[in-house]
Amino acid sequence: MSTTERFIPDRLQSPLQKKIKSWESLLLAVAIAIFIANSFASPYFLNAWNLSDATFNFTEKAMIAFAMALLIIAGEIDLSVASIIALASTAMGAAAQFDVSTLTLVLIGLGVGLACGAFNAILVCGMGLPSIVVTIGTMSLFRGISYIVLGDQAYRGYPSDFAFFGQGYVFWVISFEFVLFALIAVLYGILLHKTNFGRAVYAIGNNATGALFSGIRVNRVKSILFLLTGLMSGVAAVCLTSRLGSTRPSIGLGMELEVVTMVVLGGVNILGGSGSIPGVVIAAFVMGLVTFGLGLLNVPGIVMSIFIGALLIGVIALPRLWEMWRK
Amino acid sequence: MQATTATEAPVLRLDRISKIFPGVKALSEVDLALYPGQVTALVGENGAGKSTLVKILTGIYQPDGGEITVDGTPVSFPTAQDAAAHGITAIHQETVLFDDLTVAENIFLGHALKGRFGLIDTARQRRMAAEILHSIGAEIDPDTRLRELGIASKHLVAISRALSIDARVVIMDEPTAALSHKEIHELYELVEKLKAQGKAILFISHKFDEIFRIADRYTVFRDGQFVAEGRISEITEGELVHMMVGRSVDQVFPKRTPSIGKEVLQVTGYDHPTEFEGINFTLRRGEILGFYGLVGAGRSEFMQSLFGITKPSKGVTKIDGEITVIRSPAEAVEAGIVYVPEDRGLQGAIRPMPIFQNVTLPSLSRTSRNGFIKLAEEFALAREYTERLDLRAASLDTPVGNLSGGNQQKVVIAKWLATQPKVIILDEPTKGIDIGSKAAVHDFMAELASQGLAVIMVSSEIPEVLGMSDRVIVMREGRIAAELSGDEMTPETLVRHAAGIAEA
Amino acid sequence: MTQLLKSREMILTGAIVVLLGIVATRFPAFIAPSNLLGVFNDTSPLIILAIGQLVVILTKCIDLSVAATLALTGMVSAMLNVAFPDMPVVLILLIAVGLGTVLGAFNGVLVWKLGIPPIVVTLGTMTIYRGIIFLISDGKWVNSHEMSAAFKSVPRFEIGLPMLSWFAIVVVAIFYVAMTRTTLGRAFYAVGGNPHAAVYTGINVGRTQFWAFVFSGALAGLTGFLWVSRYAVAYVDIALGFELDVVAACVIGGIAISGGVGSVGGAVLGALFLGVIKNALPVVNISPFWQMAISGSAIIIAIAVNTRASRTKGRIILKKAEQAA
Repeated sequence: MSTTERFIPDRLQSPLQKKIKSWESLLLAVAIAIFIANSFASPYFLNAWNLSDATFNFTEKAMIAFAMALLIIAGEIDLSVASIIALASTAMGAAAQFDVSTLTLVLIGLGVGLACGAFNAILVCGMGLPSIVVTIGTMSLFRGISYIVLGDQAYRGYPSDFAFFGQGYVFWVISFEFVLFALIAVLYGILLHKTNFGRAVYAIGNNATGALFSGIRVNRVKSILFLLTGLMSGVAAVCLTSRLGSTRPSIGLGMELEVVTMVVLGGVNILGGSGSIPGVVIAAFVMGLVTFGLGLLNVPGIVMSIFIGALLIGVIALPRLWEMWRK
Repeated sequence: MQATTATEAPVLRLDRISKIFPGVKALSEVDLALYPGQVTALVGENGAGKSTLVKILTGIYQPDGGEITVDGTPVSFPTAQDAAAHGITAIHQETVLFDDLTVAENIFLGHALKGRFGLIDTARQRRMAAEILHSIGAEIDPDTRLRELGIASKHLVAISRALSIDARVVIMDEPTAALSHKEIHELYELVEKLKAQGKAILFISHKFDEIFRIADRYTVFRDGQFVAEGRISEITEGELVHMMVGRSVDQVFPKRTPSIGKEVLQVTGYDHPTEFEGINFTLRRGEILGFYGLVGAGRSEFMQSLFGITKPSKGVTKIDGEITVIRSPAEAVEAGIVYVPEDRGLQGAIRPMPIFQNVTLPSLSRTSRNGFIKLAEEFALAREYTERLDLRAASLDTPVGNLSGGNQQKVVIAKWLATQPKVIILDEPTKGIDIGSKAAVHDFMAELASQGLAVIMVSSEIPEVLGMSDRVIVMREGRIAAELSGDEMTPETLVRHAAGIAEA
Repeated sequence: MTQLLKSREMILTGAIVVLLGIVATRFPAFIAPSNLLGVFNDTSPLIILAIGQLVVILTKCIDLSVAATLALTGMVSAMLNVAFPDMPVVLILLIAVGLGTVLGAFNGVLVWKLGIPPIVVTLGTMTIYRGIIFLISDGKWVNSHEMSAAFKSVPRFEIGLPMLSWFAIVVVAIFYVAMTRTTLGRAFYAVGGNPHAAVYTGINVGRTQFWAFVFSGALAGLTGFLWVSRYAVAYVDIALGFELDVVAACVIGGIAISGGVGSVGGAVLGALFLGVIKNALPVVNISPFWQMAISGSAIIIAIAVNTRASRTKGRIILKKAEQAA
């Protein structure tokens, strides 16, 4: 109180200093450690084709995770993403039975994704309902429609060039999906961190009422986020359907939890207000590496999920335990 | 009633109590004594440590040093229930009760009356609650859900709760802040009743008239330190203010010679189904228009509707003579109307975000290109307006939540000035901020008006309304009760119109 | 407000009756008392779990690990029975409840002591608990013929009603009393309704939430035992995704996801609503594949109706509005 200094500096810490102490750095260290551990544990790990294969473990989930990250930062959530994949994939499968072009299939997939996102947006932003409940509802509804259409059947017979999205390679071992993942990561990174829209997302997540009173169009921003999440689920549906070459109503079952796990692991506060796209990118690699490494060691998928679950709780719990222990 | 003798022993005594938060010494070896059957006023500016003290007394915080004694025996309160067990209870600023529980449950929560098998005896609770409510003259059905009660009734429930644990010490933390005149008088009567029952009362208030009316003793804190204590009868208001701020402050309002320009805002026929109706007025450049009324007269509700938060069923807004439709705050800002809300924490600032981002939030289109943020321009804009308001902060990327109430208010005002508005609405702009910041806000308001901005000031403090306004609109029960200017603007006329009392 | 809450339960009861009426027009035998008791029996696991979830949601938390807890305790019960066929079934039941309690307590500790958001905690433990089943069972099924007759008979044993129904009735009765007449029961409401104020009343918010998870876990443990002994099979994926049905039952039953509002009666009715739909579909010749979409729609409609009902319409300031209200 006694300071008479009038000048207020912009910052006390340089952005670099902040970065070093950040969650992302910790996570990056974890990723590197897992990478090194894996390369010792299995001789097959450090193989370009194997590593490239491993990226499929996370690229589709990560595409959705970027949009989900923005949604969670803004204080909302969408648990219906995996069901949007199912519905979009079912729509594409149904269309494929009429020998439509690959471009049309892709547009149908993206369109259904957008439409599902719009439906969530109307319920949450238009009617003011809580997103967690709404999207638990639409999660059942969207996949339920797939079940009504398909029952215990499956759609096959996608055109042969449709396989490119999920199985094609752009350059040497670099898959189309990986390129798409990287591109989407950059776009979302710019959107969240460099634009007015991104700033509004943070403002809404920290205090939605305050943001509204500051002239932010809260409902419009949130609606766009639901649309983006729907659209990304549509993109993921195209990739996943193309990779699997068939559609069953159970496609992508439970993927919403892995997406949310990825987002939270990436340092996004589940309660909204903070988080970053680089964090989510690193989290995607961590999850992919763990899954891949354990796969090489012949650990079954279900056991890997124990590691993912433990990772999710562990990365949040350990810093807090450490702090408690220091006190 | 004769004041008790000074030799009487206090019920509760705090001896050299300290509380340290990371980086801040909130309380440093403070003393306090509360005597049975007496009201002790705790006086201090915001940040003097009053709320910390209340939290220590009610078992929410643990002191880092010093001793609490009850009837001369040292005690400690690890939880709120331990404080209650020693007969200490608090009625808080904001009612800390439960909207979805019944009145009886609210009164007995935490010390429920048990019957057979250790189950809650709901019938007895209901009966006891009715008795206690009746004893303080509150005719409230114990089965009502709290949600359905008004703020004054909720206070009565809180007081009943205090009585239900057979409290010996009752802490009242700004109990009249949200009450109307009538309700305040009823509260004073209740305080007298509690005194007569021999309870020791700690009364925290910013209103000096109230302190001199009901307190027997005073204790003054400043910056977390004990300054003085004594009997109210042996001190003057000026002396008390002097002790509180450490300097003598007359409440002086800036002298202005208003240069009122052309009409900028015209509001016609604003109606809302439940909140207000028939609101008509005009506002000119360089004018400060005061809105006075009792709490709950519909002033804030109308302002928020003007700002596009709630939709009125009817009404026309003209800005610079042109009809302007405002359906959202975003449109209000575009039209040049901005609103500094009363509830700073929720509606005003986005506390976890840094100062500069708060300031530029509504002006981002000006500090960006094609939607991409220009950080340097952002800092420059934030610097310009925070300096104009003489903001005190460690850096511009400090979270707003780390600032004092007064400085948070400056950030909110800076945010709006950066949008270069035509009309600024300030809703209780100095409520709950310290005297120093208060004067700064008043000076600044005057400066804004002199620069040609049109100012609407909603205030419940008569000196502030009269000291600052060129013209005053008094609202009562959702309608305009009077529009006063010049010699009509006296405390008596304001109170009369606000309370609906006929001409004397 | 009391009236309103009551009427919300009345609306739901009405909806169930209408639903039964519609089914009865096409298949009158559906509303025969014996069939309705069958529906109730079939819905019993959902009712028990919904009550556990009610307690958790009341405290502003959510427990997504209930189905995994159910599956894990169910598998442990089945394996114990296979390994020690002579072990008294009551002991297995107690072990199942105890294990569920421990699993719930683990969730609770993470929420209470480490302050990790409940949705994150239970999302994590949901996959962990499910994974543990695989580890202990090696991915193998425990089939009917391996289980002892006594083990399989528990839920079927009839005293007027099957034991499974009795378990649900007893749980409903206990929790009805506990939620309305005990200090802890009221604390659940207080913590969710106004956590800030709860602290001032001497209620430890974290510890109360911990107990909510303990109850949810214990009930999931009980259900795990009942589930496996009733269906006489245990494998990794039993009750997969069932946590959503449980949350759905609560939402349909009028329990506010934001905490503090809801009742045991609501949870039971919400569960019964879903149970009736599930049992009615095959009867009226609608493919069971419709069930998912229908319960999804029911959730959305329920939340829309509940939110609309509790929305505040602005303060009443005008005198005339006061008279109108």
